[in-house]
Amino acid sequence: MKYLNEYRNLEATKGYLKLIAQTVTRPWQIMEICGGQTHSLVRNGILELLPEEVQMIHGPGCPVCVTPLQLIDKAVELLEQNVIVCSFGDMVRVPGSRKSLQEAKASGGDLRILYSPMEAIKIARENPDKEVVFFAVGFETTAPANALSVLHAQKEGLTNYAILVSHVLVPPAMEGILEDKFCNIKAFLGAGHVCAIMGMKEYYPLAKKHKIPIVITGFEPLDLVEGIYMSVKQLEEGRYEVENQYARVVKEGGNPEAKKIINTVFEVGDRAWRGLGVIPKSGYVLKKAYQAYDAEIKFGIQAMTAPENPDCIAGQILKGIKKPHQCSEFGKACTPANPLGAPMVSSEGACAAYYHYANNLISS
Amino acid sequence: MDSTKKGYTSIHLGHGSGGLMTRELLDSLIFKTFSNPYLDQKHDGAIFNIEGPIAVSTDSFVVSPIFFKGGNIGELAVHGTVNDVAMCGAIPKFITLSFVVEEGLSMTDFTAIINSIKAAADDSGVQVVTGDTKVVERGKGDKIFINTTGFGAVHPRADIGTSNIRTGDKIIVNGYLAQHGMAIMSQREGLEFESTIESDTTNLNYLVKDLLDAFGSQIHLLRDPTRGGLASILSEIAEEIEMGIQLKENRLPIAKQVAAACEILGLDPLYVANEGVFVVIVDKAIEAEVLALMRKDPKGEHATYVGEVTAEHPGKVVMHSLIGGKRIVSPLIGEQLPRIC
Repeated sequence: MKYLNEYRNLEATKGYLKLIAQTVTRPWQIMEICGGQTHSLVRNGILELLPEEVQMIHGPGCPVCVTPLQLIDKAVELLEQNVIVCSFGDMVRVPGSRKSLQEAKASGGDLRILYSPMEAIKIARENPDKEVVFFAVGFETTAPANALSVLHAQKEGLTNYAILVSHVLVPPAMEGILEDKFCNIKAFLGAGHVCAIMGMKEYYPLAKKHKIPIVITGFEPLDLVEGIYMSVKQLEEGRYEVENQYARVVKEGGNPEAKKIINTVFEVGDRAWRGLGVIPKSGYVLKKAYQAYDAEIKFGIQAMTAPENPDCIAGQILKGIKKPHQCSEFGKACTPANPLGAPMVSSEGACAAYYHYANNLISS
Repeated sequence: MDSTKKGYTSIHLGHGSGGLMTRELLDSLIFKTFSNPYLDQKHDGAIFNIEGPIAVSTDSFVVSPIFFKGGNIGELAVHGTVNDVAMCGAIPKFITLSFVVEEGLSMTDFTAIINSIKAAADDSGVQVVTGDTKVVERGKGDKIFINTTGFGAVHPRADIGTSNIRTGDKIIVNGYLAQHGMAIMSQREGLEFESTIESDTTNLNYLVKDLLDAFGSQIHLLRDPTRGGLASILSEIAEEIEMGIQLKENRLPIAKQVAAACEILGLDPLYVANEGVFVVIVDKAIEAEVLALMRKDPKGEHATYVGEVTAEHPGKVVMHSLIGGKRIVSPLIGEQLPRIC
């Protein structure tokens, strides 16, 4: 637990909270990009320790939440075609337009919950007479491992392995949020783990163009309060720079090896985001040379579409325009046991985080 | 008539037919192992006496893998039911034992499970008085499922119930959380990770008896947080008593290795299953004495105060976090892990 307990230290956290309170002179809205940060803010009770001028807005950085409905439907379709579908655990309860992966499993689908795509390669190797698909969701963080699985499949000559790609990128999402006319966000806590892969460079033009501070921040309580302090300090001083709170993990150039693997297998392309629509050049698609591993092409399911549930305001939640408890369905028709939309399912989703850790406090 | 000597190296459908093969399996293995005056009657059921009020509890065990670090499904099936009876404030005396075995389970594994059940039953002071063995076709089960039902005599001084809980009552747990669930997780397909985490499966009936002998009705509630973990049990209690429960994050007993494994897999130890942990809610006046008594027993040596019952936030469990924040602890919604007990 070294490097964890140090960042959950009461006295050090209090110190930063005091600094924030001393520095802030007016209300600021700060968006934490990553769902992991949202989860930690709520789980550790940080939101109520912040001065009321500092309002945290929960960003779109939960891969499960932004995966469009039609991708879930496609994974369900594959399960119904007797394909072994491998997925991260969080995806399985997200409702599709017909059913969730969990429901498809209960109807006889062969769904495997994994922590790594390399396990899916093992399953493909052990089941040569079956098709195996890994549901490759996530931001830049999970892209290297997913790309690596494709390279391994190619090296081993596994023809029964493919990936269902739903990779999205953080900077275009930030751009999309800032361009929304309702956007009131004044600073960002950048997603630490995404930057561990990608580095800091792509954030400089964003900070400059929109005159907005971006502080790349970690996930432990101490990381978060320090990141918030650095943001507030920039705002109060009228600066808009890219700063790195998470320097113990994030390097200026990111992880060159991981980036090389990503760029071998993927290229940037247009991507649909749940609740945000199609954002140009906002995700990864497989390069032509690797299209044999594209599950959508392999199984002819590119054209499937699905309408979003009209009662779910996931788009406004993900853009930070509304808070989860401002949704009329929150905690009523929409609960973690019966979610209408993905942010209520994923442990990193803003709605689930509010429901699990905070909603009852608000109502009492 | 040893079925293994007759060449049966695994369980066949015939072993559940009710015919000769069943009888041979029962005689050579089950009756032989568990022999006692009640079972030896080989009747359709058992007849026994228990004086005074009787506590009954039943549970089915479907854990996968069936052999895990620190135990197996057999001893788990005994401990689980023995503990549930003990949590009623009772001394477990008898258990029933029913198997649903999948065709093809190796006789070696089945025998190891039977022997482990015997050892756990002896260690817990309970006798197996009746049972049943069914065999299902390959693919229709998952190696072996076990159901046990336990009967116990309620301790003469026990008065266990949520209606006894008062504001200010102290909440104590006997030891480290989340050991069982994480031991199982570490061996799951697709999740295997190197660890020496062992299941905490054990019987708690003697420690419970000692507590009841010493403190009687000042012990207000006993619960074992198996599936759903400590969070789910406490949420359930808070809702029922319409009082609040305050938990202190810095007091939760979590072994370093378990905390690290939970961190890696993104799991909250508060929701992970335990099989050798129980929660005691006691009158605030006896907190120190209860802790002292528990710590003398190896099964309670890590006993610690974790929180208390409050008048504020009725119906809710509120965690005071390490950094001084607060949050609601809600019950587990779906499954946090695949089948674990």
